[in-house]
Amino acid sequence: MDIAVNILLTIATAATPLLVAAIGELVVERSGVLNLGVEGMMIMGAVAGFGAGYLTGSPWLGLLAAVLVGALFSLLFAVMTLSLATNQVATGLSLTLLGLGLSGMMGTGFVGLPGERLPNLYIPFLTDLPVVGRLVFGQDPVFYISIALIAGVAWFLFRTRTGLTLRSIGDSHTSAHALGIHVLRYRYLAVLFGGACAGLAGGQLSLVYTPQWVENMTAGRGWIALALVVFASWRPWRGPAGGYIFGAGRNGQLHAQAFGIPVPSQFLSSLPYLATIAVLVLISRNKRLTMMNTPAALGQPFVPDR
Amino acid sequence: MKKLLIALMTTVAGLSMAATAQAQEKLKACWVYVGPIGDFGYSYQHDQGRLDVEKAFGDKVETAYLENVAEGPDAERAFERLARENCKIIFGTSFGFMDPMVKVAKRFPDVKFEHATGYKTADNLAVYNARFYEGRYVMGQIAAKMSKKGLAGYIVSFPIPEVVMGINSFMLGAQSINPDFKLKIVWVNSWFDPGKEADAAKALFDQGADIITQHTDSTAPLQVAEERGLLGFGQSSDMIKFAPKAQLTSNTDDWGPYYVERVQAVLDGTWKTGNVWLGIKDGAVVLSPYTNMPDDVKKMAEETEAKIAGGWNPFTGPVDKQDGTPWLKDGEVADDETLLGMNFYVKGIDDKLPQ
Repeated sequence: MDIAVNILLTIATAATPLLVAAIGELVVERSGVLNLGVEGMMIMGAVAGFGAGYLTGSPWLGLLAAVLVGALFSLLFAVMTLSLATNQVATGLSLTLLGLGLSGMMGTGFVGLPGERLPNLYIPFLTDLPVVGRLVFGQDPVFYISIALIAGVAWFLFRTRTGLTLRSIGDSHTSAHALGIHVLRYRYLAVLFGGACAGLAGGQLSLVYTPQWVENMTAGRGWIALALVVFASWRPWRGPAGGYIFGAGRNGQLHAQAFGIPVPSQFLSSLPYLATIAVLVLISRNKRLTMMNTPAALGQPFVPDR
Repeated sequence: MKKLLIALMTTVAGLSMAATAQAQEKLKACWVYVGPIGDFGYSYQHDQGRLDVEKAFGDKVETAYLENVAEGPDAERAFERLARENCKIIFGTSFGFMDPMVKVAKRFPDVKFEHATGYKTADNLAVYNARFYEGRYVMGQIAAKMSKKGLAGYIVSFPIPEVVMGINSFMLGAQSINPDFKLKIVWVNSWFDPGKEADAAKALFDQGADIITQHTDSTAPLQVAEERGLLGFGQSSDMIKFAPKAQLTSNTDDWGPYYVERVQAVLDGTWKTGNVWLGIKDGAVVLSPYTNMPDDVKKMAEETEAKIAGGWNPFTGPVDKQDGTPWLKDGEVADDETLLGMNFYVKGIDDKLPQ
C-alpha cells in the first residue's frame, strides 16, 4: 500500500507543473491568442523562483517572484503581439528562445547551489491518517494551488459573465469589438495570467520538484503543457485528466523498468505523446464538436479600427 | 610618388609585423562545449579545466570558449571561427564533434586540435578520454558494503559503450564484496532532465533499492536520496552540497592537468598528436572525499583506488558475460578496443540491454 501511495505522490508532483502551465495557456487561447512561449516563461519563473528563494532564504518569496517574473515576461509577448500585432507563432517561439538564453545568463551565479524547498503541508492528525493522509493532506503547496486554479478557471470561464465575454473574444474578436468590448484589454489580462501560471509552474520545478537551478531545467515541459491544452480540447477539467495520464505514463514506465518488465523504454517514453495524437485525431473527427470548443479566432491578430 | 608608395609599404609591413609579434606574445587556447557551462556536470567540469589553464599561465595565455554548440554543421562553423580568430589550440569536448574537427583540422594545419572521447587523429588532431569506469568500480564496492538489502538502483541515459562499461564495472566492484548483489536499472533516455531523474530515483527507492547511482548529469537523484535518508553517488562534479548526508563519493572528471600539460606543450613547441585514455593514476578521474561511511569501508575504498592507480584494471578475469559464456579468463585483462565498443552486460545483471 505504501508503494502505491508513493507512486501516486510522485505522479502528482510530476503532473502539477504541466497542469499549472496548461491551465494558464488555456485561458490565453480561449481569448484567441496563441502563446508558444510557455517554455520560455516557465524557465524564467524557475530561475527567478530559485534566485529569490536562495537570496531571501524564503521559498515562499521565491514562488511569488516566479509568478511575477513569469507575468512580466509574458508582458513582452503581449506588447509585441497585441499592441504591435506581430505574428503570434513567431513571437511565441522567440519568447521561448529568449527565455532559455536569458535564464541561463541570469542563473550563472546560482549553479551548483542547493536551494530551499517549499515544505509539504502538514496538519497534525489528518496528515497522519493512513493512505489518504499523505495524498490529501500532505502534498506540496503548489499541488493545492493547481487544483484551486483549475476549479477557479472552470468557474470563471463557464459561470461568469466576464468569462463568457473572454470566450466570445476568442471566437470572434470583430463581433466582440462591435459590441463595444475592449478586446485588447481582455487579451492583455489573459496573456498576463498565462505568464503568471507558467512562472508558477517554473517555480514549482526549482522550489519543489527538484530544488536547484540548472540551465534548461524545464526540459520541454512547456511544450507538453501546450499539447495538454489541445488534449483537453480547451475544457479546464480535461486538463488535469490529461496531465495525470501524462504523469502516470512517465512514471509508470520508470516503475515498469525497475520491476524488470521487458517493454522497450523508448516506446513507453513516447506513449503520452502518442496518446495526445490519438486524442487529436479523435476530437477532429467530429467537426461540430471541434468547432464548438476551438476558439475560432485563435492566433489571429486583432487591430482595432480607429 | 614612388617614394610615397615605398614609405607606405614599409609602414604597412611594419604594422603587420608588430601585429604578429603581439599575437605571439599571448597564446590563445579555445574550447567548444556541447552543453551550457552551467549544467554543473560534464561541460561545467571541462570549463573548470579551462579556468585551471588561465590560473596556471596567467598573462601568457588567453582563453575563449563557445558553449551550447550543437553537434553537426554548427560545430564545423564554430571550430572554423575559432581557428580564424587566432586560436592556436582548440579543444572540442563532445563525441559528435569528431568529423567537423577532422575537416577543420585539415584546413588549418598550423592550429592544434584536441578532441575528447573520439577516435580519429591527424598530425594536428589528438584525442583524449577519461576512464570513468575506474571510479565506478570503487563505487560498486562501497555500494555492496553499505547497502543493507544488497540492492542498488542505477539511473542511466543511453545504451552506449561508455554507459554499459560503467554499469559492468560498478557491478564487478559490487560482486567482489557480495556475489549476490543485485542491480535495478532504469533508462531515462536523456542526459539531463532533473525532473525525470528525480522520478526515476523515487521509483528505484520505492522498489526497495537503498542506494542509487547514476550516469545522467543532474543532482536531482541525490537530492531524493537526501530527502529519504538513503544513500547515493554523485556524478561528474562533487555534489556534496546537495546531499551532505547522502553522498558517499562522486565520480568526478578533472581535465585541468591534461589541459595545462597540452597548452604548455604548445608554448614549448613540443606538442604532438596522440591518443590518451586517462584514469585515476593521471588525476583525470577523481573520487571526491569519501563521506557518510564507516572507517573500514573508507579504508577499503582508498585501497582499491590505490590499486587501480597502480595500474590494475577492474576488467580483469575471470569475468563471464550475462548469458554465462566466458569473456575474460583468469587474470586476463580486457583490451581498450573491447571496452570502447562494449555492448553486453556481465553475469549477474538482471536487465535486458536495449539494442
